[in-house]
Order: sequence, then C-alpha cells, then structure tokens
Amino acid sequence: MDELFREHILEHYQHPRCKGTLESPDLSFEDANPLCGDRIRMDFKLADGKLAEIRFSGHGCSISQAAASMLCEHVEGMSLDEIKKLGRDDMLEMLGIHLGPVRLKCALLALKTLKAGIYGVNQWPGEDEEEA
Amino acid sequence: MTDSRTGLAGAAESSVAPRAPFDPARVREDFPIFATPRDKKLLYLDSAATSQKPQVVLDAMDRYYRTCNANIHRGVYRIAEEATELYEDARRRFAKFIHAASPREVIFTRNSTEAINLVAYAWGRASLKSGDAIVLTPMEHHSNLVPWHILAAERGVELRFIPMTDTGELEVSALPGLLADGRAKLVSFVHVSNVLGTVNPAAEIARIAHEHGATVLLDASQSAAHMPLDVRALGADFVACTAHKMLGPTGIGMLWGRRELLEAMPPFLGGGEMIREVHLTSSKWNELPWKFEAGTMAIAEAVGLGAAIAYLETLGMDAVFAHDRELSAYALERLAEVPGLRVLGPSADKRGGVVAFTMEGVHPHDVATVLDSEGICVRAGHHCAMPLHDAMGIPASARASFHCYSLREEVDALAEGLHRARKIFAR
Ligand SMILES: Cc1ncc(COP(=O)(O)O)c(C=O)c1O
Repeated sequence: MDELFREHILEHYQHPRCKGTLESPDLSFEDANPLCGDRIRMDFKLADGKLAEIRFSGHGCSISQAAASMLCEHVEGMSLDEIKKLGRDDMLEMLGIHLGPVRLKCALLALKTLKAGIYGVNQWPGEDEEEA
Repeated sequence: MTDSRTGLAGAAESSVAPRAPFDPARVREDFPIFATPRDKKLLYLDSAATSQKPQVVLDAMDRYYRTCNANIHRGVYRIAEEATELYEDARRRFAKFIHAASPREVIFTRNSTEAINLVAYAWGRASLKSGDAIVLTPMEHHSNLVPWHILAAERGVELRFIPMTDTGELEVSALPGLLADGRAKLVSFVHVSNVLGTVNPAAEIARIAHEHGATVLLDASQSAAHMPLDVRALGADFVACTAHKMLGPTGIGMLWGRRELLEAMPPFLGGGEMIREVHLTSSKWNELPWKFEAGTMAIAEAVGLGAAIAYLETLGMDAVFAHDRELSAYALERLAEVPGLRVLGPSADKRGGVVAFTMEGVHPHDVATVLDSEGICVRAGHHCAMPLHDAMGIPASARASFHCYSLREEVDALAEGLHRARKIFAR
C-alpha cells in the first residue's frame, strides 16, 4: 500500500500540474471509467506538429489524478509523433508502481483520454497487446 | 405480529425452539474462508456484495455432484429421482423460509436481476401500455431500474420516483399523490438499500400501492438473509432474491410471485422443461413453477441454497438481524470518531447491516486501497446505484457491510484503517 501511495503520487495528486482548462482549445476530449466513476477531461492546443499546451480537469482516485498530472507534464511540448508512440508501459513507468487489473484502469484513463483526444483512438492502452 | 413499518413478522415474540445464544465468533468457525491461511487475517466487510459460504453449503453441493448428479425432471432412474428431490426440496425450503403460500409460487432464476427482468418481460409486457406509469425510488440498484428503462422506452411508460430525504429515507407520504391519477400499475422498490442500509417500510408502501390498484414488486436482495421475511404479511405481489447474498452459491436466484399473477403471465424464456406439449408451430406451457424454468437449471446451486436456508434457520433470523443492527450501530459510533467522515443514510435504528461513507479529501478508491493493505475488504464505487450517488451529490462512496459472521473487532479495524487513510492523505 505504501507502494501505492508513494510520495510522488501523493504529491501529484495534491498538487497537480497542468490542472485546469484552456480558453479556446484546438481539441478537447472527456472520458470516464464507468467502473469507479473516475472522470478526466483534456484540452489541447497544437502548433507545428507539437502539443503546445495541455490542461486536464476531472475527479477520481489518487492514481487516476496523479497519472493525469504526470502524463500532462510529460507530454506538454512533445511532438505528436512522439506522443503517438507512448504506450501503457510508459505510463506505468511514470507511476512506478505495480497495479492490479481494477486499479490499472485508473492509471490508464489519462493516457486513453489523451490518445482519443488527439488521434481518435478510443481504446484502453495495451488492449491490443492483451489480445495478441 | 407484524411491525407495519418494517414488516418484521413476529420479530419480538418469536416462538421457535430455544437456541444457543448467538455467538458470531462461533458462527465464523463454520466458514472455511476465514480459516484459510494467508499473510494477513481476512477482515471481510463486503457481505452486501456477496456473502461467504458455510461448510454445510460447500458439502451439500459437493455431495450432490459426487453421489447423485443427474438432470432433473427427466430420468426415471434412481439418481435422477434423487437430484429432482433435492432440487424441489430447496424450493420448498425457500418457500417456507419466506412464508409463501406454496412452493409453486417460487421460481428459480439466475439471480435477483433475472428475477426482476422476468417480471418486466413476462408481466410488464402483458400488463403495461402507453400512458401507464411505474413508481420506483431513487435508491434502487441498477437491476431495479434498467429493466424498467427498457420497458418504458418500448411501451411509452412513465417512470415516477418516491422522493427521498437527505438521510436516505423514503417520503412515503408522497406516494398516494404519485398514484392518485390511477395510471401507475406497478410500485417496485428495494426492501433494504445496498448503499444506505435503510430498511424501507415495505408493508406500508405495499398497502398504499394496493389501495390504488398497483402491483408491488419488492427487491429483497439485501433483506432475505438478514431478517425474518414474510412475503404475505408484507403484502407484496412479487419478491426478488439472490442466493449468493444468502450464504448460498452464485448462479441461482428466486422470484416469488402470487399464484394468480404467475398463472396469468406468459412465459419468459422458451425451451425445454417449461412446456407441456410442443408441436412444430406451437406449444403449450407447463404448469407453475416450471413454466418459467426453461432449460437445465442450476441444480447443484439449488442444493447449496437449500443447505444455506437450513443453516440460516438454525441461526434464527431474528438473531441475525439483531446482530446486523448491533454492528451497524457500533460502526456508526466508531466512524463518528474519524474526522472528515460523512456516513450516508439514516440512524442505526432504521438500517440493516450496511454502512456507506465518504472521507473528505480522500477518494473512496483510495480509502479502500488503504484498508486493503490491512486485510480489510470494503467496496468502493457507486455500488450499482449511480442515480442514488447523483442524488447525494457524490461520485462514489466506500461501504462496509455485515453478515452473521462479522465481528466487532472488524469494525474496530475499519475505524483504525480510516484514521490511517486520513493521516496518509493529510499532508
Ligand atoms: C438491492 C440489490 N438489488 C439487486 C441486486 C442484484 O443482485 P444480483 O447481482 O445477484 O442479481 C443487488 C446486488 O448487488 C442488490 O444489492
């Protein structure tokens, strides 16, 4: 458990980066995890093939909200090509914790929202790998 | 005999043979899961989701498979007769347990959800037409909402809701108004809320519904194995139950219905066993209850249910209910000591063994994760009652719930775990 509530997760949960909304975003997307009611909305501004600005809002458990904060901080300024390559393992590495199947969805909601918002790929990260 | 608020028949003056005083620590010894070695002691506070199973239930199912596994109602050979006898014996036991007039009024289903769907499809489609209304409550489990959503959309039926107070009690005084125009044909509601723990005044609601010509469905999923249940004293027309919350196995549920209603209803599913005669283009239905039991049923599970009921009877339902209430009252007391904790639902005297809560600044999932690290199992989420959580203005809650094997020390561990969760997040 102390595992799950490591310092950096609590820190991001209580002091989230990139939290808020954008005035006139180029794209927005909102998604929820129906199992537990975690909800994340993301606003994006794009420029020169890059994700110039990103803001998230929503509510949920510490894992889902910390993941959103870490992910947004990580991808702001990145090229869209680089973002496309981000996968489940990148997100789990950022969190640095081991998660069971239920909490895994909490951890991946932000990445799912990001990819659906930018590429319209609306599926759980890693779903293909599971099936393969 | 019957408390008109809760419909607890004979709760005060039970006349059963004297039993050993109820001792949850001894009861617990009958449940092998608690003796299974593990690195942390199992503190199971999620019996509202599903109950644990006593050894006698496991033994009964095992014995059935080992000694007389055969399909029922078909073979004339010895073990098929034995299997049929066990299956029908479970039906008789359950019928008696809920004070049904006859075992013919008890239909086996997969669970409560299927029992409610059976009523929605077979009775609802034959009885409701455009312009009719159904009265529900905001504290229903999704299983007593979604089947009516489907029917309402299909038939143009209006859904109405009995209002609820902030403490999670139904405002029954508003019910006559909801029924006054005579359009409501059904009042369907939960006996004990799986989130708030509220014990609804079932007999009073049924009486008012009947005065206005409406049929009554009671969702007894959370009450059947927690308190004495007398379906006739309550005045219900249909009652839905699910065995896995009653110390029995998953995969079997029960619908009780008044015989005249069941007789008049068309079948739900078509197939083997539910027919008397089949021709190439038509068929005639079997008699009750088999008319509603299409295909091979959950035979071993029925046997397990029979054993679970026999076990509950030896505990005594008055004693089980008293134990639930005592633990709830104790939990409300201990949880009141935790800063920032909001307990949902009414005072202890109006609830069963369910206590849901939220903690300021800590998501219910995180609460449950902290508790899990201490071996405490609680549920976090919306507990299949999203509209109820919307009504209370919260996305989710955490819930502790009890059964006959639950202990005060589990409540103590819960309270300590909550203090700990608070500390972790109060940085
Ligand atoms: C009040 C209530 N109704 C219905 C159900 C549905 O039971 P089942 O899933 O066994 O059909 C539940 C169980 O979660 C419940 O608590």
